[in-house]
Amino acid sequence: MSAPQTTSSHTISVLVDNEPGILARVVGLFSGRGYNIESLTVAETDAKENLSRITIVTAGTPMVIEQIKAQLDRLVPVHKVRDLTVEGPHIERELALVKVKGTGDKRVEALRLADVFRAKVIDAKTDSFVFEVTGTSDKVRTFVGLMEGLGLVELGRTGIVAMSRGGEAL
Amino acid sequence: MKPEESATTGADLLVKALIDEEVEVVFGYPGGAVLPIYDSLFKQNRLRHILVRHEQAAVHAAEGYARSTGKVGVVLVTSGPGATNAVTGLTDALMDSVPIICLTGQVPTHLIGNDAFQEADTTGITRPCTKHNYLVKAVGDLARTVHEAFYVARSGRPGPVVIDLPKDVLMNKHDYTAPKKPVQHKSYRPQVKPELKKVEEAIELIGSAKRPVFYAGGGIVNAGPKASKLLTQFVHMTGYPITNTLMGLGTFPASDKQFLGMLGMHGTYEANLAMYHCDVMINIGARFDDRITGKLTEFSPKSKKIHVDIDPSSINKNVRVDLPIVGDAGHVLEDMIRVWKARQPKVDHKALKAWWAEIDKWRSRNCLAYKQDKETIKPQYALERLYHHIKNRDHYITTEVGQHQMWAAQFLKFEQPNRWMTSGGLGTMGYGFPSAMGVQIAHPDALVIDVAGEASIMMNIQELSTVAQYRLPVKIFILNNQYMGMVRQWQELLHGGRYSESYMESLPDFVKLAEAFGAVGLRCHDPAKLDDTIKQMIDIKKPVVVDVLVDKAENCFPMIPSGAAHYDMLLGPDDRAAKPVSEEGMVLV
Repeated sequence: MSAPQTTSSHTISVLVDNEPGILARVVGLFSGRGYNIESLTVAETDAKENLSRITIVTAGTPMVIEQIKAQLDRLVPVHKVRDLTVEGPHIERELALVKVKGTGDKRVEALRLADVFRAKVIDAKTDSFVFEVTGTSDKVRTFVGLMEGLGLVELGRTGIVAMSRGGEAL
Repeated sequence: MKPEESATTGADLLVKALIDEEVEVVFGYPGGAVLPIYDSLFKQNRLRHILVRHEQAAVHAAEGYARSTGKVGVVLVTSGPGATNAVTGLTDALMDSVPIICLTGQVPTHLIGNDAFQEADTTGITRPCTKHNYLVKAVGDLARTVHEAFYVARSGRPGPVVIDLPKDVLMNKHDYTAPKKPVQHKSYRPQVKPELKKVEEAIELIGSAKRPVFYAGGGIVNAGPKASKLLTQFVHMTGYPITNTLMGLGTFPASDKQFLGMLGMHGTYEANLAMYHCDVMINIGARFDDRITGKLTEFSPKSKKIHVDIDPSSINKNVRVDLPIVGDAGHVLEDMIRVWKARQPKVDHKALKAWWAEIDKWRSRNCLAYKQDKETIKPQYALERLYHHIKNRDHYITTEVGQHQMWAAQFLKFEQPNRWMTSGGLGTMGYGFPSAMGVQIAHPDALVIDVAGEASIMMNIQELSTVAQYRLPVKIFILNNQYMGMVRQWQELLHGGRYSESYMESLPDFVKLAEAFGAVGLRCHDPAKLDDTIKQMIDIKKPVVVDVLVDKAENCFPMIPSGAAHYDMLLGPDDRAAKPVSEEGMVLV
C-alpha cells in the first residue's frame, strides 16, 4: 500500500522536562533521521514542574509526520506531543525585530507601513528605527518584505509559538 | 545530608544500587576515572566483575548475557577512550533492542568541558546510540538515577542506557535510597497492554484469511519465554504458516511443520513467497527491516497487514499497515488466544489447504540445497554436521557477521528462544566471540559456540585472553574461506568479480594462536574428518578454536539482491545471469 506523497507543514507542540541535553535530543533526532525543521522555539513554561515547551514547525509526507511524532514521543524526557495542525483549530504567533536605516521619504514610508502592520517602534535614532512586529509568519514575512525596499539592515525572528483554540490545555 | 558515619561514597552507593537491581555480573575495564568504583568492587563479594580486553567486547558480552537470560547486562568502563570504545556495542544493543546499563567514568565535574585528560563528551557522543543517557552531577542524584536507568533499559522496547559518572560524584558521600517499586516514571510509560477492540478486529481478520502468514521477530524474545509459548500455541490453534526474522529465530520451534524458516534477503524461498502472496500478514514483534522487505513497492502487495509492536515508532515507518496494535507481544498474544477461543472464527479450511499446497510446492524447490563433494568442506555441510552433534545438548549459538551468520541462521535449528545471539540490526563483525563469553558466564555448564568467519573473529580476537583467565569453555567454530565472504559475494555479483581488499592476507595460524592464549586449537579441511573434529571440540572442557577450512568460492543462497522483490530470488549460482541487479539496487547495501 503506498501512502500519499504530498508534503505539508505541521506545527507540533512538545512538552518536555527542562533538563540539560533535551534540546540536543530533539534536534539530534531531526538531523539524525533527516527530518526538516522550519522553525523551533523553546523556553521554560512551568518552573514548578520544571517543564519546557518546544514548538516545532516541520514538513513532510503524512507517513513522515507520523514518524516524527512517534519518535519525539519515544524520547524518555518527553511528556506530551501534540500536532496542532491536525488537532483542531489553533493560533500561531511569531515576533520579529526589524532594523531599518534611512532618511527622508523612505523613513516616513517605513513608519507609515509599520503603523498599518501594527508594528511598534522600540528604538529610534534620526536615521534608524527598530520595529517590533508580531503576528502569523505570513504577516511577519510580508512586513519584512516591504522593509527590504526601505532600508532593512538587520532582522531577528523568534520562530513560532502556537496553541490550540478554546479552553483545553496541552 | 545525615552525619558522615551513615553516609557512603558515590562508588559504594553505586555498587549497592546495582545489587538492589539484582545485578550479578559486571563486564568492564578499569581506568583513572572509575578507580573509586573498582575500589568498591574490591571490598565486596556480591558482584562479580569480568575483566575484558577491550571495551567493545564488554558491551557485546553484556549483550550475550542479556539476550540469553532476559536480564539487564551491565558494563563498566572508564572515561574518554573507555566510553568511545563502547559506542559500537551500544549502537548494536540499540538496533537489536538489548537491555544494557553502561556505566562510564567521567572527569570530575569542575573539569568537564576543559579538554581534560581522558575527557570525552560521553553523553553527547552516546545520545543517538542509546535509548537514554544520564550525566550524574551530584551524588544525591546517583541512586535514583541508577534505579531509573534500569527501569528505562528493561521496560517497553528495551535498549542501552548510559550513566556518565564524574569522579568527584563517585567520591562524595551521601545516603543511599533504595529503589521504589513499582517504578512510576514521570514521563516514560510504555504501553504494554493492547486495546482490546484492536485485538478483536485482528482476530476477525486472522479468522477470515485465506492465505495467511505469521511473521514473528525479536519482540517475542524480549517479551520473555512465555511469549514464545503463547506464539506457538496460537499458531497451532490457527494452523497457519509462520516465518521468523533473523532476530526472532527460536520463538517458534524450527522443527515444527508449520515453520517456513527464516525470511528476508537470505531467507527461504517458501517464506519469502508466502510473504509475497499472502492475503493476511500477522507481524508480531518485527519491524519491516529493509533486509526483510526487499523492494518496498513490491512488498506483499495483496495483503492486509496486522502489526503488533511495543514501540509506536516502528509502526508505519517502512510499511503502511492496516491494523496496528501497540503493546507487549506476550500480552497481545494472550488476548488474541482468549478472543480466538471465545469467538471460534470459522476458518476457511478449503482455502487454507490450497494455500498449504502452494507452500509445499515452494518448499519442494529445496532452496537450501548445496553440493558436498569429497574434496572440500562446504560451509553449509560443516554447520549441518555441527547441528547434528549439538542438537541433543544444552547449547547456545552466537555468530559474527557475514556469510557464516546467514548459513548458521539457515542450517542450525532453534527450538526455543534466548538460544541464538547474533548482531542483526547493526551487523557488527566481532560481536559473536565476546557475546559467547557473556552467554557462558550466565550458563556455565552449557555448550556455547560462536560460529565465526576468519575475518570477523580477528575483530575481537584479544578476548581469547579473557576466556583463558575465567576458564570459559567457549567454542569458536571458524568457517575459514580466507575471504570476507559476504563482501566477496557482493563483489562477484555486483562489481564484476573485482575482489577489492576482501581477501584475508596473512591470516594467523589459528591453532597456534589458540595455544598461545592457553586454549586448544583444532583444524580440519577433510570432509571425512569433520565429524571427529566437531566431537573433539565438544568433548574438550576448555576454550577451543576450530579452524574449518571451507570452500572459498561458496556463495550464500537463496538471495534477494538489494532492491529486488521477494519473487526475484536467486536460488543458486546458475540463477544469477538471468537476473542482473538494477543500478537502483546497487545503491542499496
